[in-house]
Amino acid sequence: MTMPAVQGYMYPNERELAWSILIVIYPYITGLVAGAFILASLERVFHVEAVKPTYRLALLTALAFLLVAPLPLQLHLGHPERSIEMYLTPHRTSAMAMFGFVYLWYLMAVLVLEIWLDFRADIVRAALAERGWRRWFYRVLTLGSYNISPRALAIDERAGYIVTVVGIPSALLLHGYVGFIFGSVKANPWWSSPLMPVVFIFSAMVSGIAAVLLIYMFTSWRRRCPIDMRCLDSIARYLLYTFLIDFSLEMLDLVHRIYEADESFRSLDFMLHTKLYLSQVVIQIYIGTLVPLALLALTQIVSLGVRHRKRIYALAASLALVGIFAMRWNVVIGGQLFSKSFLGYTTYKIGFVTREGLLPAIVLMLLPIPILWVLVKLLPPWPADTAAGASAAS
Amino acid sequence: MNITRRHLLLLFPAAAMSWESLQAGAPEQAPNYQMYKHWWGMLLDISKCIGCGNCVRACAAENNVPEGYFRTWVERYRVRDEDMPYPQVDSPDGGMHGFPALPAEPGVKEFFVPKMCNHCADSPCTQVCPVGATFITPDGVVLVDKEYCLGCRYCVQACPYGCRFFNPSTRTADKCTLCYHRITKGLTTACCEACPTGARQLADLKNPNDPIHAFMRTHSVQVLKPYLATGAKDFYYDLDGAVR
Repeated sequence: MTMPAVQGYMYPNERELAWSILIVIYPYITGLVAGAFILASLERVFHVEAVKPTYRLALLTALAFLLVAPLPLQLHLGHPERSIEMYLTPHRTSAMAMFGFVYLWYLMAVLVLEIWLDFRADIVRAALAERGWRRWFYRVLTLGSYNISPRALAIDERAGYIVTVVGIPSALLLHGYVGFIFGSVKANPWWSSPLMPVVFIFSAMVSGIAAVLLIYMFTSWRRRCPIDMRCLDSIARYLLYTFLIDFSLEMLDLVHRIYEADESFRSLDFMLHTKLYLSQVVIQIYIGTLVPLALLALTQIVSLGVRHRKRIYALAASLALVGIFAMRWNVVIGGQLFSKSFLGYTTYKIGFVTREGLLPAIVLMLLPIPILWVLVKLLPPWPADTAAGASAAS
Repeated sequence: MNITRRHLLLLFPAAAMSWESLQAGAPEQAPNYQMYKHWWGMLLDISKCIGCGNCVRACAAENNVPEGYFRTWVERYRVRDEDMPYPQVDSPDGGMHGFPALPAEPGVKEFFVPKMCNHCADSPCTQVCPVGATFITPDGVVLVDKEYCLGCRYCVQACPYGCRFFNPSTRTADKCTLCYHRITKGLTTACCEACPTGARQLADLKNPNDPIHAFMRTHSVQVLKPYLATGAKDFYYDLDGAVR
């Protein structure tokens, strides 16, 4: 077998990375889910009317990504056919085992339930108006309830509110837990930090908000609908605020490490200046954080026209998505590039058409987009449309 | 048919012979091994290790360890007296074929450190396994159930000593079993048996007659990375502060 290039001394079993790019995209996707949901909940729980045009779109985005989230894990497992054992015989002290239940809770008890309650009236109308297989599809989705009287809808609204209130801590738990999976590994000083879950939550919110902002702009452009600038300005403002908190936390972590300078410091410092310089310093901190922060701050300080604001928002959101992806990369891959002996460094060689290579990673990253497209076709999230109306128009 | 005394006298030797042949095909009988009576660990005497690599070869042969991965390995440390925190370490092929001699340098000490699973009493790898495929036996050996392991590799990340690897042929986590198939039959591990200097000694901490007790009373022993509080049971004698 060929072994990756090693500098200094690695324990011999450490030279090959145990976790690949698939484990990078898994927290990235989960973060998009949590962030999109938290943005959606702003409207419902905190009554931020301005973000209402994106409310349903954010929910469907969250679902599209959440459906894909377990796939990179499955592909990574040595024995995916045994993964059901995590539910049947979970090991209670394992953060990973408990994550399975958090995921299932979030998918079924929060997201699917909330989407169903919110779209129920549309589903019933479509079930009555459609023909052919679509009629059957919507009839199944009604779960046998055709009551869309004002009283029934008021109950839906109330129930949806409760689900969202439960959903916010659930979304925080979902991604905070992903952070805990890394943060609780005491063997690895690059991961082991109580700040990890908090950093993961805020970075998730940044990526989720940025993704919804871009999807909203893109779908408005595709549908040739004017963009609600009050909505876009609000989302961009929230992006700026969460990004500032996220960046402060990450810098706090970094400053703490530099100042404490424990036994791992020399290793981590070396990596930051060499192997992780491009992905962490250049892409994550400069291009993926400081530039979008400056752009977003600019829109708050200087009064700009609509066209300029749109362009700046789109650029800042795109860079934020790149920056958060780089952050996941630096955590997962960066955390395995140095030896736990702190005496050496290895390299990560990524395959292309291999089980854990670049191609499956790209496919999995793109997969939520067609899923979202299908979801949007089946359950149009636009306020003016209904499922029946949209299909009649097409 | 009536069985007479004459018939019986003829039948007995025949029955005895067939019983003997049946016995020959039966598996080796384990002694009356009782797990709760043992608590296994290892004593590693750095002053005795000569870096011959016999242990690494014996382990690989005994346990069918895939090439490029190690259930045990030997490290060579070269420590400059004024630069103890940053030693030079190498382990070509895990020390399997010994070490090429290096010229002696003034102010540099050289020694070998055998490494293997610490069979921690509070092992992080056992803690993180999502299905409990990794477990500690009542006699203190950390094992992996290959029929149950998902191959998620969380345990590989959690081991602070780098003792675990992902076996590409079974697609599960793999590690030292402390030759469980041997020690439960009263034998020692393959690495201990192959060590020409006695640098490795299997130790039963529950056995009051095990020489480890006398040794630990009269010598300074240390475990690796004690600050991680894993309850490591590989006890090192003559461990230098430079060793990680």
